Amino acid sequence: MAFDKMELKDIEVWDGNHAAAQAMRQAQIDVVAAYPITPSTPIVEGYAKFKADNYVEGEFVMVESEHAAMSGCVGAAAAGGRVATATSSQGLALMAEVLYQASGMRLPIVLNLVNRALAAPLNVNGDHSDMYMVRDSGWIQFDAFSPQEAYDLNLIAFRVSEDHDVRIPAIINQDGFITSHTAQGVHTLSDDVAYNFVGEYKPMNDMLDFENPVTHGVQTEEDWHFEHKARQHNDMMTIVPGKIEEVFADFEKLTGRKYNKVECYDMNDADVAVVCMGTSVETAREVATEMRAKGIKAGVVGIRVFRPFPFFEIAEAIKDIKAVAVLDRCAPGGAAGTLFNEISGSLYNTDLKIALSGYIYGLGGRDLTKAHLVDLFNELQANADAGKVLTQQQQFIGVRGPKLAYL
Amino acid sequence: MAKQGWDEFEIGSLLRSFDGKIDKCPAHTPQRDRSYSENNSHVASVADWRLIKPVYNKDYCIDCQFCWVYCPDVSIISRDKKMIGIDMDHCKGCGICVEVCPTNPKSLLMFPEQADEETELASWPTKDEEEE
Repeated sequence: MAFDKMELKDIEVWDGNHAAAQAMRQAQIDVVAAYPITPSTPIVEGYAKFKADNYVEGEFVMVESEHAAMSGCVGAAAAGGRVATATSSQGLALMAEVLYQASGMRLPIVLNLVNRALAAPLNVNGDHSDMYMVRDSGWIQFDAFSPQEAYDLNLIAFRVSEDHDVRIPAIINQDGFITSHTAQGVHTLSDDVAYNFVGEYKPMNDMLDFENPVTHGVQTEEDWHFEHKARQHNDMMTIVPGKIEEVFADFEKLTGRKYNKVECYDMNDADVAVVCMGTSVETAREVATEMRAKGIKAGVVGIRVFRPFPFFEIAEAIKDIKAVAVLDRCAPGGAAGTLFNEISGSLYNTDLKIALSGYIYGLGGRDLTKAHLVDLFNELQANADAGKVLTQQQQFIGVRGPKLAYL
Repeated sequence: MAKQGWDEFEIGSLLRSFDGKIDKCPAHTPQRDRSYSENNSHVASVADWRLIKPVYNKDYCIDCQFCWVYCPDVSIISRDKKMIGIDMDHCKGCGICVEVCPTNPKSLLMFPEQADEETELASWPTKDEEEE
């Protein structure tokens, strides 16, 4: 069945959800199985409208839950089609079982995860609890800080995930509401250019190849399970990083927009730096520039690729920094923050002596304000001057009540 | 195969049903002549998972193929769209074939695993009993 192409302006005013839905449309997906949930609903809704208006040729399957949504994606991917969906928070929690099936079965699926807090208490606003919850699920995880990046990273994710050397599903994170519902100017690609970049889907071990019958999702016990998981991890550690760099480079050639696994801002001569994810990166950049006017040499590191974690790139980015704050937007549940732990791990076997501290912030959509970041950079400068962390390692930003500090 | 390392198998949790490519539909090839791979479970019996079993009465069957379509374990044996019987090594006794059978009386009914097939066929319900 023929479908229509859409004429886009060079710059469209899109929020993160619409940007993701447009990229999904341009990728000419075979099957989207989805169950809408706030704040990712407009992705599913927008894609369904494209389908209703004949801008999409593929199937759109309304299912009865997120577990069914991801199950539908697994089935369609095993059958041999290009597949994507979207969800948030509680929806991701219900999907979690099937996420492990998808990565273990090495099925390339693209999931737009619009980050939202996990209940209780029930909350629809953005934090990174859902992103962290599935950090060990074996999926590639990209993080978009803006609608433009949500659009670009969708196109990039299909290329990386579907590569026959990779065949690992990919999540594109964006902050609930702050990115997903905030309209900004987005530089677009024409339908043809975008589709050519993503490329025609090339099936592998597909169930609809009747000459090569194959059983997907088999059972293995202690005799085989370990080898499969080892291979999956090995491919994440050794093949995926290079493939991501290759696709980032191709994307830069096409659009001029350069992505890096670790996004450095004013880091070259910085004394102090903040490491964070999501929309906080752009806020921190603005404050870092203002701090420089006040004589504090501040930089910002944004994590673009959360899985596979860019250990070496992080260590390289912060090796000459005196004091670094790692910001985690997730309740740590009796431990140090996840990002803090990963970055400590990146540095442990180096000779670097960086004053490293961790901050929990922004839970359930609590704002991270510029004033918070000014205080934070001042605290880091004091650490840098002293050559050690003067506070406890774990602190909280923006929570009411007596000051919290641990470790 | 049991000794292979993590780097020596195909990616994904998948198994090939046959060795190499098959050039014609295996349904047209008798089972004994098919090039099953060593991973194929065609000789593995799971009959002891079953508590109740389907019994097939060919007198009422209209070869509609509903049971063949719906069987989740591909245990309905059909050739040239004619129902032949049930693969009792792989049938797990779920009863879906009986559920979807449209004839009156049904051409498939569930009985205890120990039931004698000849006896049950001899006392098969009639159309009147079915309608209640």
